[in-house]
Amino acid sequence: MAAINRDDVAHLARLAHIEMSAEELDRMAGELAVIVESVKSVSEAAGDDVPATSHPIPLTNVFREDVVGHTFTAEQSLSGAPDAYEGRFKVPAILDED
Amino acid sequence: MTDATLSFEEAMEKYDPVLGFEVHVELNTKTKMFSSAPNVFGDEPNTNVNEVDLGLPGVLPVVNKTAIESSIKIGLALNCKIAETCRFARKNYFYPDTPKNFQTSQYDEPIAYDGYLDIELSDGTVFRVEIERAHMEEDAGKLTHMGGAAGRIQGADYSLVDYNRSGVPLVEIVTKPIEGAGSRAPELAKAYVAAVREIVKNLGVSDARMERGNVRCDANVSLRPHGRERFGIRSETKNVNSLRAVEHAVRYEIQRHAAVLDSGQPVIQETRHWHEDTRSTTSGRPKSDADDYRYFPEPDLVPVVASREWVEELRATLPEPPAARRKRLQADWGYSDLEFRDVVNAGVLDEIEETIAAGASATVARKWWMGEIVGRAKNADVDPGQLGVNPATIVELNRMVEAGKINNKMASEVLDGVLAGEGTPAEIVEARGLAVVSDDGPLLEAIDAALAAQPDVADKIRGGKVQAIGAIVGGVMKATRGQADAGRVRELILERLGVEG
Repeated sequence: MAAINRDDVAHLARLAHIEMSAEELDRMAGELAVIVESVKSVSEAAGDDVPATSHPIPLTNVFREDVVGHTFTAEQSLSGAPDAYEGRFKVPAILDED
Repeated sequence: MTDATLSFEEAMEKYDPVLGFEVHVELNTKTKMFSSAPNVFGDEPNTNVNEVDLGLPGVLPVVNKTAIESSIKIGLALNCKIAETCRFARKNYFYPDTPKNFQTSQYDEPIAYDGYLDIELSDGTVFRVEIERAHMEEDAGKLTHMGGAAGRIQGADYSLVDYNRSGVPLVEIVTKPIEGAGSRAPELAKAYVAAVREIVKNLGVSDARMERGNVRCDANVSLRPHGRERFGIRSETKNVNSLRAVEHAVRYEIQRHAAVLDSGQPVIQETRHWHEDTRSTTSGRPKSDADDYRYFPEPDLVPVVASREWVEELRATLPEPPAARRKRLQADWGYSDLEFRDVVNAGVLDEIEETIAAGASATVARKWWMGEIVGRAKNADVDPGQLGVNPATIVELNRMVEAGKINNKMASEVLDGVLAGEGTPAEIVEARGLAVVSDDGPLLEAIDAALAAQPDVADKIRGGKVQAIGAIVGGVMKATRGQADAGRVRELILERLGVEG
């Protein structure tokens, strides 16, 4: 795993639509670098004989039958929304996407 | 702003098009891909959702088994290999159409890969389109942009989000680059999407209604000078959602790219938006570093293992492929290649099959659909099957014609009546007084009058030139306002003149 630098943090912040000041970028680059280094030690523990895994338990095919279950009312759906209008979530227009 | 374009012919002289398609198919499972909320179109906003679709904290997705089976069936129908094991992945992006800030999709391990589809063009040429992959994912919510120019994101003040569509199972089918189509590229584009739509409909895994977005196409187009191997820079026209639009969009993009290249400029790699009203595309979003989706394996879902037994079980349930069905039907019905192609291109294959099942002969069914109904549908700007003619009506009309109760001209009139909602064919014949004049009395009067009016023709017939009889029959039909049985009129004329038919 490559080390994380300030440019990486700025890129990620942009992708996540988070505005960060120069000081914050510096501080976060340092903190994230420490985290990445720490995680890196895991790959030292696993040798070539250990396959990559995305899940700790070796399960496969956990399925659900195609049967309709519970749903929310529009009121329930919107109960945590910062803003809503006529049964729908109201969000700022995001202009740089299609 | 209008982009410059070259004529299609000039573009083809100078450049060789390469195509690629991403077709999204919405599955018609009862529930969503990862939640038990109903997969239903067009209900009250934000009511076909639960905590999973809204991406609330701490929820766990669970895979819909039927959606997996449908995906495998699609893979098999596209002649793909089915992955023994595959995983889901998170595609991370921030946009309000997903409340989770990622779309659950597949990345490096699609469930189906390496397939092909043989596409028959309108003249019978078969073109093989290779399928790169078909992977599973979930649909996004629907945004409506408010304020500013109606419905457009440009100048919008805010957007409203309905998550009912969020989590609807999707299969995205991606082709390999399609080379060698030449000037048939627009036609191939349309035929390919039509074939995919037909296959998923035939499998019963999707409602396949393009107007509802069940089947959506992103069309990639690039041009290169003839003889060059390396591909040009492509554009991706998003959400081209009718078969006609797919053909037009590919044609337009070829013409636009050609003009850009001719001016010495590079084509910009970007998404394009298709506009049905102007039949052109406009610039969307250029590819940028925002297209860094940071895919990683979905930690909340375990791998899907498709055992060979399971795959074979599913293969055994596949219906007859549409192309094989067409071959069988053509043989059964005894249509010529040309007749059959016309039927297929007119989109009345199912209708003719149903009409034959209802009791009509193959010839009669074709005569009615191709001769009477397709034209009316075109005038009404609907699909022939949507016009409102049911097979039983055709069978009844044909029975009346064969029994000599009405002639073909009247039958056509009766059909108009049926479509206008005036009742059953029998009721319309009665109400409009359309029965054929079968009483010989009035016919003989009309015949005598016609013979008297054209004595020279009568002499010719007496002299053995029976083919001249058309003029007399025509006179009689005119006098009876088309209500006579032409066959019977002919018999009576010959009888009157003492000539053997």
